[in-house]
Amino acid sequence: MRQVVLPRVGTVAAWRREARALAAAGVPAEEVIWSVGGASGDLFAAGGEGRTGALPRTPEYFRQEEAGTRLRLPKAAVDTIESAMCHSDRERFARGYRLVLRLSRGEAVWGDRADADVGCVLRQAKAVGRDIHKMHAFVRFREVEGTGARRAFAAWFEPEHNCVERGTPFFAKRFGDMDWVIATPGVTARFVEGRLSFEETGDVARPPEDATEELWRTYYASIFNPARLMVKAMCAEMPKKYWKNLPEAELIPGLVAGAEARVRQMAETAPAAVPHGRAEKVRERTRALLAEAEPDDALGRLHREIGACARCGICPKATAPVPGEGPVSAELMIVGEQPGDHEDLSGRPFVGPSGRLLDESAEAAGLDRGAAYVTNAVKGFKYAPRGKRRIHSKPDAGEVERCRWWLDLERELVAPKLILSMGATAAEALTGTGKGILKRRGRIEEAEDGTPVLLTMHPSYLLRIPDAGRAEAERAAFREDLGAAARLLQGMA
Amino acid sequence: MVKRTLTDKLAILSDAAKYDASCASSGGEKRDSRDGKGMGSSGGSGICHAYAPDGRCISLLKILMTNFCIYDCAYCINRASSRVERARFSVEEVVSLTVEFYRRNYIEGLFLSSGIIRSPDDTMADMVRIARNLRQEENFRGYIHLKTIPSASQELIDEAGKWADRLSINVEMPTEKSLTEFAPEKSAKNIRQSMAGVRMRREESRSGPSFRGKRPARFAPAGQSTQVIVGADGASDRTILTQSAGLYASYGLSRVYYSAFSPIPDPAKALPLKPPPLVREHRLYQADWLLRFYGFGVEEIGGGSGMLDLEVDPKTAWALEHRERFPVDVNRASREELLRVPGFGTKTVGRILAARRRGLVRYEHLKAMGAVMKNAQAFIVAGGWSPRGMLEADALRARFAPQPQQMALF
Repeated sequence: MRQVVLPRVGTVAAWRREARALAAAGVPAEEVIWSVGGASGDLFAAGGEGRTGALPRTPEYFRQEEAGTRLRLPKAAVDTIESAMCHSDRERFARGYRLVLRLSRGEAVWGDRADADVGCVLRQAKAVGRDIHKMHAFVRFREVEGTGARRAFAAWFEPEHNCVERGTPFFAKRFGDMDWVIATPGVTARFVEGRLSFEETGDVARPPEDATEELWRTYYASIFNPARLMVKAMCAEMPKKYWKNLPEAELIPGLVAGAEARVRQMAETAPAAVPHGRAEKVRERTRALLAEAEPDDALGRLHREIGACARCGICPKATAPVPGEGPVSAELMIVGEQPGDHEDLSGRPFVGPSGRLLDESAEAAGLDRGAAYVTNAVKGFKYAPRGKRRIHSKPDAGEVERCRWWLDLERELVAPKLILSMGATAAEALTGTGKGILKRRGRIEEAEDGTPVLLTMHPSYLLRIPDAGRAEAERAAFREDLGAAARLLQGMA
Repeated sequence: MVKRTLTDKLAILSDAAKYDASCASSGGEKRDSRDGKGMGSSGGSGICHAYAPDGRCISLLKILMTNFCIYDCAYCINRASSRVERARFSVEEVVSLTVEFYRRNYIEGLFLSSGIIRSPDDTMADMVRIARNLRQEENFRGYIHLKTIPSASQELIDEAGKWADRLSINVEMPTEKSLTEFAPEKSAKNIRQSMAGVRMRREESRSGPSFRGKRPARFAPAGQSTQVIVGADGASDRTILTQSAGLYASYGLSRVYYSAFSPIPDPAKALPLKPPPLVREHRLYQADWLLRFYGFGVEEIGGGSGMLDLEVDPKTAWALEHRERFPVDVNRASREELLRVPGFGTKTVGRILAARRRGLVRYEHLKAMGAVMKNAQAFIVAGGWSPRGMLEADALRARFAPQPQQMALF
């Protein structure tokens, strides 16, 4: 039997070193008795020379190393096992060493929860993780007198496991500009001038209360909603064992006891029959404040009306209707199908991928998009939600028909000389039918009022063609249609 | 009026803030203060520093800047016509409370909301000033959540997103109609446009690939969220969830919070007299999770009535209605099928799939993988286990629903 005594500070690091040496020497798990205590961490300061382990680095040690097991573990396993070594279970070191040997020899598989050792280590690591998490949550600092320019704070905390060394680097990252001490019954962590150190706890006195605690208790009592009393849920997450070091916990019994009466009082408070006089005045002033100024041009007024439309179910589900954009004096009106994701978010037509394709093609074809009035047959984005994305759905005939009201008004106001209709939906709204668009493209038809309508494909259709060769051919045809529109406009001038 | 002390103000303005459910402080940008030049850290999982007896976590200092308000929303304790006590914090008071609470490890950061005073822009400007002070003067690197004010200007929202980790704006009601009814000054369109703006700014701010290939957003790095009040109007659960599905898809929200409308001192006449059962709120969260992580569609959740079953969780309720799709063989089924088994969570399913590569998964292994076998056993086949008649039994539902209670004899 070998006796290995681990120090109280630096316990896990020492266990790891010992385990590695013992494994190298081929010492079986059942021959080691592990314990903690006695010597302090200082022994390790000398770079391993003062090891408490049973194996000095003699020639015999190196001969044994060849016979023994070289420890090779998955990275995730090392971290989890080290975490489990902080558990308060006395058997943890023996189990950890046994598991390390078994994993290295391939007798156990990391992650196999059905294996007793793996399962237990995972469970204990989780318990330690939870304890550390609770430490991060429930340590309460009190301000104490500092020595230098930095403010100083101190806390007393009682964790369930030995998690001070593993848990306190978090505080060093968080409170980098102040000095602090976290004392626990076993080990004390000290952070001074940016350096974190550990020592065995000598002084078990709690730091004196500071004035901010009263404010914190005020907050705790006020944020509690008596109408939702759920003591069990609170105790599951804030177990009673932590209460003695939480300044707010002393309020809990009173808050719980008083909750019922407060709820009863709320229930008995009848709504005020007449709201107090000030309220009506405030409401009126608010209405005036929020009222938007009336636009002074007809197109602006039309856009505002479009913005408020709820004639069908599309727009309340989307962000807002997207009116057209462009000069009221435009000679060319470009009509697409409906806004897409980008257009819906920004409230402007053709700003997404289709808009970019339209811009590029128009530029190549010598057509000035900025001079045109660009709009859509349907003003709202119709979609189906798929997780974090919206999938475009085609507006139905009824919706197109209803939204034609707005398109007609836009057409009336802008009175373009030529309309470029992109895609089947636009063709449907402008000429009465969207059928056979592939055959009709490039043709000039007439809108109800006789305005010439040049038909072409929708840019979003061009973006969806998977075959690169065909896509390029279609884009060229699209550019050609845009070029034809530009020539027609020149002819009309 | 007597001048209020800081304690009085804190009591009034935290009491007024408690109806907002969100207290999340997770995600977002990784920051710390190891350099010794500032204070605070954030990123990773959030921490709940305390729990109130209502079972809710206290992670952030959740306060209103002021509870004076020129809006008159029927459900809100701070509406213009309410007779509550009013108070207002100065910018410096909020900054100092946040810093002092944070240094004592009471909180993860600040969740600042506000009643609307003077105008939406004036109010938002003060809130932005608080966030900017915290970041620039106090070098505060903890978490900041700002509730943006409806109808505030885009420039102010843009600056808010620069300082805050999370921005949120409440949709408040499941439908536009009830919003108009209960909150006449608010506009659903305006609220949606504000969320659209935040999503666009977040996307524009994603620059430079990180080594994991994901490009983090610098604008409101912890995303945006919203809250909807349940039970104040007559909307069904399906209406509520349909709205949520649309919001998740449209604006990339991190969370939609459901808040069972809570009785308030000095209620308005428009409100129903009785609050909805809290379990309804809980079922909505469960259903929300099914939508986001379990591949369920809105139309699959809740029966013909569009209301969630209060007695049984929505996944079990779905499984009971679709017994023909069970039992599922844990050794053969796809991830999608496994995710629909009651008692299996996403982690359990991941572990089952990993374990299948090592060999046959047996019934007794499943518990160690985190499955809740009481819920799962009737719906699965595993090594050494078959549910036999359990699935067909008429009494299956009774295994999940709470026991009927006999009326007390008087």
